[in-house]
Amino acid sequence: MAVIVDFAVQGAQMLLVLLLAPLLTGVVRKVKARLTLRRGASVFQPYRDLLRLMRKEVVLAENASWLFRAAPYLIFASTWVAAALVPTFAGGLVFSWTADLIAIISLLGFGRFFLALAGMDIGTSFGGIGSSREMMIASLAEPAMMLTVFSLALIAGSTQLSTVAAMMSSTEMGLRVSLGMALVALIMVAIAENARIPVDNPATHLELTMVHEAMVLEYSGRHLALIELAASLKLILYVSLIACIFVPWGIGAPGAGPLLYAVGAVAYFGKFMIGAFLLGLFETMVAKMRVFRVPDFLGAALMLGLLGTLLLFVSRSL
Amino acid sequence: MTNSVSVLLLLVAAQLATAVIAVVFSRSASVGRLVYGLSFFISSLAVVLLLFHLLALGEVSRTSLPLGLPWIGANFRLDALSSLFLLIVDFGGAIASLYALGYGRHEDAPHRVLPFYAAFLAGMNLVVLADDAFTFLLSWELMSLTSWALVVAHHRSEANRKAGVIYLVMASFGTFCLLLAFGLLAGSAGAYGFDAIRALPPGPGIAGLVLILALVGAGSKAGLVPLHVWLPLAHPAAPSHVSALMSGVMTKVAIYGFIRIVFDLLGPPAWWWSLVVLALAGITSVMGVLYALMQHDIKRLLAYHTVENVGIIFIGLGLALAFRAYGMVGAGALALTAGLLHAVNHSVFKSLLFFGSGAILTATGERDMEQMGGLIHRMPHTAFAFLVGSAAISALPPLNGFVSEWLTFQAILLSPQLPSWGLKFLVPATGALLALSAALAAACFVKAFGIIFLGRPRSDAATKAREVDRFSLAAMYALVAFCLIIGILPGPFIDLLAPVVKSLMLGQSMPHQSGVAWMSIVPIAESRSSYNGLLVFLFIAVSAWLAALAIHRFASRATRRGPAWDCGAPDPRPITQYSASSFAQPIRRVFGSLVFRARENVVMPPPGDLGPARLDVALIDPVWDGIYKPVSAGILGLADRLNRLQFLTIRQFLMLVFSTLVLLLLVLAIWQ
Amino acid sequence: MGGFYFDVAHLFAGGLVLVSFMMLYQDRLYALINIYALHALALTLSVAWQAYVQDAPHLFITAVIALGFKMLFIPLALHTIVRRLGIHRDIETVVGVGPTMLLGIGLVALSMVVVLKVTPDADALAREDLAFALAVLLLGLLLMVARRNAVGQVIGFMSMENGLILAATGARGMPLVVEISVAFSIVVAFFVIGVFLFRIRERFDTVDVGALDEHRGERG
Repeated sequence: MAVIVDFAVQGAQMLLVLLLAPLLTGVVRKVKARLTLRRGASVFQPYRDLLRLMRKEVVLAENASWLFRAAPYLIFASTWVAAALVPTFAGGLVFSWTADLIAIISLLGFGRFFLALAGMDIGTSFGGIGSSREMMIASLAEPAMMLTVFSLALIAGSTQLSTVAAMMSSTEMGLRVSLGMALVALIMVAIAENARIPVDNPATHLELTMVHEAMVLEYSGRHLALIELAASLKLILYVSLIACIFVPWGIGAPGAGPLLYAVGAVAYFGKFMIGAFLLGLFETMVAKMRVFRVPDFLGAALMLGLLGTLLLFVSRSL
Repeated sequence: MTNSVSVLLLLVAAQLATAVIAVVFSRSASVGRLVYGLSFFISSLAVVLLLFHLLALGEVSRTSLPLGLPWIGANFRLDALSSLFLLIVDFGGAIASLYALGYGRHEDAPHRVLPFYAAFLAGMNLVVLADDAFTFLLSWELMSLTSWALVVAHHRSEANRKAGVIYLVMASFGTFCLLLAFGLLAGSAGAYGFDAIRALPPGPGIAGLVLILALVGAGSKAGLVPLHVWLPLAHPAAPSHVSALMSGVMTKVAIYGFIRIVFDLLGPPAWWWSLVVLALAGITSVMGVLYALMQHDIKRLLAYHTVENVGIIFIGLGLALAFRAYGMVGAGALALTAGLLHAVNHSVFKSLLFFGSGAILTATGERDMEQMGGLIHRMPHTAFAFLVGSAAISALPPLNGFVSEWLTFQAILLSPQLPSWGLKFLVPATGALLALSAALAAACFVKAFGIIFLGRPRSDAATKAREVDRFSLAAMYALVAFCLIIGILPGPFIDLLAPVVKSLMLGQSMPHQSGVAWMSIVPIAESRSSYNGLLVFLFIAVSAWLAALAIHRFASRATRRGPAWDCGAPDPRPITQYSASSFAQPIRRVFGSLVFRARENVVMPPPGDLGPARLDVALIDPVWDGIYKPVSAGILGLADRLNRLQFLTIRQFLMLVFSTLVLLLLVLAIWQ
Repeated sequence: MGGFYFDVAHLFAGGLVLVSFMMLYQDRLYALINIYALHALALTLSVAWQAYVQDAPHLFITAVIALGFKMLFIPLALHTIVRRLGIHRDIETVVGVGPTMLLGIGLVALSMVVVLKVTPDADALAREDLAFALAVLLLGLLLMVARRNAVGQVIGFMSMENGLILAATGARGMPLVVEISVAFSIVVAFFVIGVFLFRIRERFDTVDVGALDEHRGERG
């Protein structure tokens, strides 16, 4: 019986992230629209877009290979798996030990690898520019992320997300300098990884500034829908990740029962909305930076992560 | 005379006999197939034997032959460590021979390759089997010289000849260092047998010196920065199946040499050893991948990645040394397992990638990536195999490269307990370097795969490429299978390493992995960290399949082919695609200006001038220009000075000898 | 002193180091000045917390000085100067941002090792506060070395001084008179530098300190 409940909770978690992901994109867009005194589309618009795209036929470039057709499924699947492994409303899920934080980062790396390859498949210059810049950004963002994981793992004594979350919500956890550094670094990485302003602009099709959009320029129909969904999933993954590490309150303990799970779900929804609002606010406030300013930005995240880790190594009380 | 080591020696003898056959029948047309077939057969036999030996928890077996120095003979021994590395050697040898059955047919000068190929395999086997310093060094030289002969097999090309010279110099230098190391280990008693050395470990000062010498000697063979300079020249110069052996296997033999000397013969480590090893390893891993990113030559790119991966292996070994120095054998076992597993993994995927590059070379006759493109349509099988290899070397789950890097990260996370201040700073920095090199490797292989296989063909040769023969494909697919199996089910392979780790880590090894539920791997405790390749693989496969099913069933499956969109302005000329160097340009700007002092020089024609604009990039190799050029200039200068000695009279020569003798006697008098 | 006091003190001191890093990262003048204000705020909080924990009311005065002078007056004055002089608003760096930050990490590591190694039996809070203070000081110096712009150098100098104050409040029993005199000397220094800035600008039409070198007669 307990096993069935466990599996049900895991399944609910997988479905939850999948269903909420477009909503997050919608809410961020709405916030940005309202802040710039526009009415904006409904928060459910991304769902409609996805359904519309799914039903349309795919127009493939003449020289597209099997990789181009397989990539959207692989990107979607790896991102979904990664997003489903981050605790949202309940910790200690049945399959939480499948992959720890390092593996989750690498799963995202897997998706990015195929996305960048797909960008190069048609042999257009835009695809190449996007892939090349994406890999440059990733080459700094991934180590920065890894170093924040080091900080967290050293504090919590584990790279297992459920354990980290449990540790963070326990009372013995004080304020820590390196935790603050990890938070700042993680936010910077999250912005870069999700192609948000100031690193990339998700709303632009201006040739010289786009990174993510340039890679997916040749996609259409269901393939594009899957890639868009994967991008939303990645965004919700980072929001859940930051929420579960830095504001872990409300996450239901393993086997907590339906009431606590409901509390967890409400708390998660609250964090979700706050995260969406803050992201929209931030994106409205800053301007996009030049591409070659991005390495400095991510270099700063890398250094913060390194500094946080170093402080932890040097002094166990920090 | 029927223990395992004797059987293995018989196989080595058979391998040497194959070399002789290759010489005798060098005129025959089918000698290539014969030699590769025999090598394949012999190596496969050895693999089977070794697997049994390792699974039976490998009791030590030894033998000695009345060859070599009269008072020691030639001693051979098979223990857990040597079985593991022999397994790597013979597995690599078997697969490379299988590949060469097809690939070798395109060889235009087989008589320059075949005898040395067989002897090279025998030499590597002998190094790992050797149980005394004399046999070890002799086999090491056999390995070096035969591989040198293979490097200069195509001696008509200027670049290959240069590679041969540099390789010869570096190999001699490395062997010289190992010679000194063994001399110091043997001590004044002249104990050249490994048993005798083990019984009498040297004092701390001597041990430190031996460590440095072993690091230089074995490191130069393995490709540690700054001793790597010969590697990216020599490995690509050889035929591709030999490149695979040199990169995938010979570097492992060098690592075996390092482990044998430092972990086995040298006694308990001092804390600063790990400091030296880790610093070098971290720099090696990042420098290797940065060099690789700047390359357009596919084989040279792969060779630089060997440098990177050797760095990653040495990070594991360095951590293991650090943990052992402070008695944390549990953590040490984890670090050592990570290093060894990465050695195994690297031999698998690097062989695969070199085979792929050989296939491309056969199909297009090109090594320059800028001439390729679109090969995925012409060579789908090679493309698939190369893709798996690229993903594995980029440490992506659920493939094998990820498992060993994950274990290395886990070992790094155990290291704050280390009390030494130097390590407290170095280890997180090494972790950062490791993460950086993993991310850069992914970028580099997106570049390699994207430019070679994707896009549109950039040359005639690429347009007309044909898929390669079945033997080559069989070899590649076998390695693809291993990349997947080790990645998905790493537990049994980690257990296979346990006896090796146990023998080097004072009886400690990682917890037994095979019994863990759902085939997870759990290095320390489940609450701390765990990884399950099987489930990750299944989850990705199932959810991708579900998505495809659902969309095709409920939404649309209509597909239409049309011209590329490209923002409405597609250009049919393939030259408008991104090239390898333009792909690497952002990364070159970010890292290259610091490391290579990269300078871009843009010349724009003035308005009205119809001449083309030019972009030149100047890179400076910091290692070559910073270390090797001054050294070689110094040596040349010294040689010029000493040149005068040629023109002395006999009396002056005698004077020279006489004064040297007196000087030495004087030194002796003062010393005593 | 309980864990909470300790944690908060740490957070503020660590925040000061963090803000110092943000200064290294910034390459626009106004943003740099704003970050300096943030630096002063972190210092104020840190000092005020120390005053509360150590129960030393005179430290509150230091905090108020920090708040008034460093967070409000000096940044505003600098803003005015920049506007009045019409200084080019990018800061020219001698070394790139990445390498500067890498150097900064090295300096932080160095100061940790030095302080933690030298004072093994001191009070844990004072010890690590001192380490942070030294780090802030060194980072300020680095900023002065790595930036060519005179305003950047002024800010580097004043962030160094913030590090000094942090060190002083961490070690108990620093008399108020010393602090006030330090603060006073800083204000004087600020005015001197301000005047100096105007003078450089008048003479050379730039505040790039490289321009000064050419007029020393050393470089020809």
